[in-house]
Amino acid sequence: MTHLEAEIKNLKTELLDMFHLVRTQLEKSRESLVRLDKDLAREVMVNEKRVNAFELKVDRDCENTIALFNPVAIDLRFVLACLKINSNLERIGDIADGICQFVLNIKMEPEKDLLEATRMMEMFDTSIEILEEVRLAFENEDTRLARSVFKKDELLDEINMNANQAVAEFIKNHPDRINQSLYLLSSIRKLERVGDQCKNISEEIIFYIEAKVLKHKSREQKQA
Amino acid sequence: MHKKLEARNVNVFYDQTHVIKDVNLAVEQHSVTAFIGPSGCGKSTFLRLYNRMNDLIEGFRKEGEILIDGRDIYQRDLRVEDLRKKVGMVFQKPNPFPKSIYENVIYGLKIRGVNNKNLLDETVERCLRQAALWDEVKDNLRKSALALSGGQQQRLCIARAIATEPSVLLMDEPASALDPISTSKVEELIYELKSQFTIIIVTHNMQQAGRVSDKTAFFYLGELVECDSTKKIFTNPTDSRTQDYITGRFG
Repeated sequence: MTHLEAEIKNLKTELLDMFHLVRTQLEKSRESLVRLDKDLAREVMVNEKRVNAFELKVDRDCENTIALFNPVAIDLRFVLACLKINSNLERIGDIADGICQFVLNIKMEPEKDLLEATRMMEMFDTSIEILEEVRLAFENEDTRLARSVFKKDELLDEINMNANQAVAEFIKNHPDRINQSLYLLSSIRKLERVGDQCKNISEEIIFYIEAKVLKHKSREQKQA
Repeated sequence: MHKKLEARNVNVFYDQTHVIKDVNLAVEQHSVTAFIGPSGCGKSTFLRLYNRMNDLIEGFRKEGEILIDGRDIYQRDLRVEDLRKKVGMVFQKPNPFPKSIYENVIYGLKIRGVNNKNLLDETVERCLRQAALWDEVKDNLRKSALALSGGQQQRLCIARAIATEPSVLLMDEPASALDPISTSKVEELIYELKSQFTIIIVTHNMQQAGRVSDKTAFFYLGELVECDSTKKIFTNPTDSRTQDYITGRFG
């Protein structure tokens, strides 16, 4: 293995660790919301500092790899993709942190009816599933799997679009639960962003493996 | 970390010309240190201080101390031959002897009187393997070294340099005469060898310094401007002259 190959392998391992860290954050934020577990929410918020520190470390290692090894072709694309994926993952970490802040602010467990009507848990589960899929696509350099994420993201968009209506109706019937409902709506908006970040990560994986730029392309063009 | 090499207040003059100006530098054991700087900045002169290659240059005068493992190598009672067993050197152009590959590798041992055939055979294989050349030449060890390609010749010179089991390897632009593939092989080799040797490499190729070294020392007009971890030098050097040099603004 050449020195550069060793550096690239190391970067990949670091980024996979970042995937793992962020996924754990997202799972814990889900648990803290369902059970209104404020201690768990606080734990996520403390760990957010670790996510930030990890982001800086990966950024620094990418900078060093470019400065010291002058990677070209697929190696260069890999390092550039790592920089962007790293930033996307950090934002997913922010989302988990943001949801936990809501958990700390709400006073009682979210209503089951509201969770069902908004399909909040389905959204959470899909987000975590998509994140796991992009991690696998990155780990195994699987661009087919990366492309499948574009389709799954549509489900998150659909839940997000219907959430307004569901929340409006719930508020109509439970005017005393306005705050809780708005917090939940805001969490749904955040989870929709997880799908977008995962989509961006998929684009970066395809960029580095196939040298194709999918940004700002239509869904059909992305699937091709 | 063990300080393998240490330069204390070193000044070098060629007649009246002051070519190395009050340099202090410590080199850690089992590390690769790159010397960079524009032509004439004194980096090769400084490198050659470590095996006393400047001694015979007319008008050469040195002040200060150069220590290897804490011992001043310019002490009168130290034999230069003994020093050079500890400090191997590889030059810019491959310079194999007009002998077979086998004889080139064992040359240093032969002149020290080693004749044990088994030992010599083992040394040849070990050194050629370490120099990443064994697989390419193992069936032709009696072939003339001059028949090898430039890159192979340079790796043979590295094998020859490490056959006497030195603890320090000095490399004066070891890849500047080689094609990109051979260069990359020699660079990988340097990376591998640092687990056993303390290596100093002079290079004009800044990317090479970045790829192979742990520390980088920037020389300018005989001064050691800055020596720091290679990561630091190549991402955020302290001195503006270093920044200007590595970004190609001068030199």
